[in-house]
Amino acid sequence: MVADPIVSIRDLSKVYRQGEIQVTALNQVSIDIQTGEFVVLMGPSGSGKSTLLHIIAGIDRASSGSVLVQGINVANLTESQLADWRNQNVGFVFQSFNLIPVLTAAENVELPLLLTALGRAERRRQVALALDLVGLADRGHHRPDQMSGGQQQRVAIARALVTDPTLIVADEPTGNLDAKSATDVLSILQALSRDSRKTVIMVTHDPKAAGYGTRSLHLEKGEIVA
Amino acid sequence: MALPLNYNIRNVLVRWRTTLFTVLGIGAVVLVFLGLRALGRGIEATNANTGDSRNLLVVRKGSQAESGSLVSREQFRTLRDLPGIARNAAGEPLVSAELVMIVSAPRRDEVGEANTLIRGVTPRGMELRSQVALVEGRWFRAGQREVVVSSRLARRFAGFEVGGTIKAGPDRLTVVGHFDGRGSAFDSEAWMDADESRALFDREQYSSVLLRPADDSLAAGLIQRIDHDKRLALRAEREVDYYSKQTMTAKPINYLAGILGTAMSVGAVFAAMNTMYASVGARTREIGTLRVLGYSRRSIVLCFLIEGVLLALLGGILGCATAWGLQVELAAFNVSFGTLDFQSFAETVFQFRVTPDLMLLGLGFSVVIGLAGSLLPALRAARLPVIVALKSL
Ligand SMILES: Nc1ncnc2c1ncn2[C@@H]1O[C@H](COP(=O)(O)OP(=O)(O)OP(=O)(O)O)[C@@H](O)[C@H]1O
Ligand SMILES: [Mg+2]
Repeated sequence: MVADPIVSIRDLSKVYRQGEIQVTALNQVSIDIQTGEFVVLMGPSGSGKSTLLHIIAGIDRASSGSVLVQGINVANLTESQLADWRNQNVGFVFQSFNLIPVLTAAENVELPLLLTALGRAERRRQVALALDLVGLADRGHHRPDQMSGGQQQRVAIARALVTDPTLIVADEPTGNLDAKSATDVLSILQALSRDSRKTVIMVTHDPKAAGYGTRSLHLEKGEIVA
Repeated sequence: MALPLNYNIRNVLVRWRTTLFTVLGIGAVVLVFLGLRALGRGIEATNANTGDSRNLLVVRKGSQAESGSLVSREQFRTLRDLPGIARNAAGEPLVSAELVMIVSAPRRDEVGEANTLIRGVTPRGMELRSQVALVEGRWFRAGQREVVVSSRLARRFAGFEVGGTIKAGPDRLTVVGHFDGRGSAFDSEAWMDADESRALFDREQYSSVLLRPADDSLAAGLIQRIDHDKRLALRAEREVDYYSKQTMTAKPINYLAGILGTAMSVGAVFAAMNTMYASVGARTREIGTLRVLGYSRRSIVLCFLIEGVLLALLGGILGCATAWGLQVELAAFNVSFGTLDFQSFAETVFQFRVTPDLMLLGLGFSVVIGLAGSLLPALRAARLPVIVALKSL
């Protein structure tokens, strides 16, 4: 008995054209991901991991094939529909944190909520919950440059989950972190999938990090190999 | 919903080193623009402030100004005997035939000379100009080579102090007093006895005649009658109208304000554009991040437009504050400005006037600079595809 997958990828290809040269970043990729899974994407550099993640998250567009997220074909959305869709359905965690330097941790976490209909008090409450979940309840007033890399990445995770999205997508979230901070971040992502039944898709080069996931996928030259 | 204003303010301030020059530049542009407009306003205010609404000024047909006009003694007598002219308590008709002459006098601190207007005025003429009051010394006496100058003019010319002398025609006039024209065009004049001035300058004819109708309802009729009398060949208009048309002198300064303001604002727009392009360039990945979070292209455009306007407004506020400070400072030292009146070629004295509406204009001017300077950078920021913005370093 297999439920409808939350992410369903069929024959997905992405071809970059640079003048005469064509680079096939993804070649006929098909994957199904169930709700609450913690999928770890691995593979050598240039194998198309980030490209795949960007297309699932609605940041980039496929050359052919389809991506259904909760039954919605992301490719059919217009530019502004896609922006709203990302805001409501996807939480993105970057390798280099990408916090807004002039905003405090709490203000950074609040950013996606400013696009929702939530009132000020409710936004504050959600921000406090999210920061508490990543263990930074007392760091709300700190600016990014006053925090360690690990703390910044936890703020970024709080920002990714504050809208209660369907998907949390992370591209090498521990790539810039020391071992201890990496463990913290991985534990948080694991808890999100295991306890809150969030669907997490994470790219990593670190075999130890892969151990936190429920399933590993290997990409090579744009194709799934295992 | 757009990004919080706080975000924009902090971004403008956090880059203060690069921002500062642009803010100072825009401030300087607004200051120059405001300064020139304030001088123009001063001249306009002076002219608008001159004259009595009950008086009519008569000059020769075809003359735009008193200084180029001639009125014969016969024409003067005809005017004096017209029906409907007001009389004073002593029963004398309120008509004053006057001679306006230009003399050259040395400036007080600068080298060189400038022209001054000397008005030969009658006792009736003084009665007709109640805004002029003696503030020092005494009035001139009839039949004497004496002159009373405006106290503002006295500060600008050498020898205009009470007891000093002014070279006029073949002789010298002794300054016996100072008057105050209360911000009117008379502040740029020196007054002496009318008959004595005609003798001094050897003139048969007058320049103009000032008169007052017995009742304001008679004014239109009198103007018509003078205008239509073929033998007279004179033209009458209300004294206030005559002076408000003399704003001619404000035009060169207003033109200068327009030309300089435009030229400098082009520079300021490019400075703002440069700063905003730099800001967009430095924040490309931040823009990508905001887009990933769900912010639309439109909110990115808006964000950078707001920042450009904030930046320029800082400059605008600086420029306005400096102009205001300058006015307070100038007022404290009672400084007036002089310019050449292009009709009489005499020095015209006026005040530097920074009014609230002028400051609002200055702020509006800076907002326009900010919008113009940030439009292209804002569009560039928004046009970048999310994925490209994210991958930038
Ligand atoms: N904008 C682009 N234009 C052209 N080629 C691109 C572009 N972006 C990616 N590629 C190419 O697509 C392929 C896949 O890139 P991708 O970034 O997905 O790899 P990756 O698996 O994430 O690598 P890494 O582990 O180094 O991050 C690479 O060959 C890359 O050079
Ligand atoms: Mg990658």
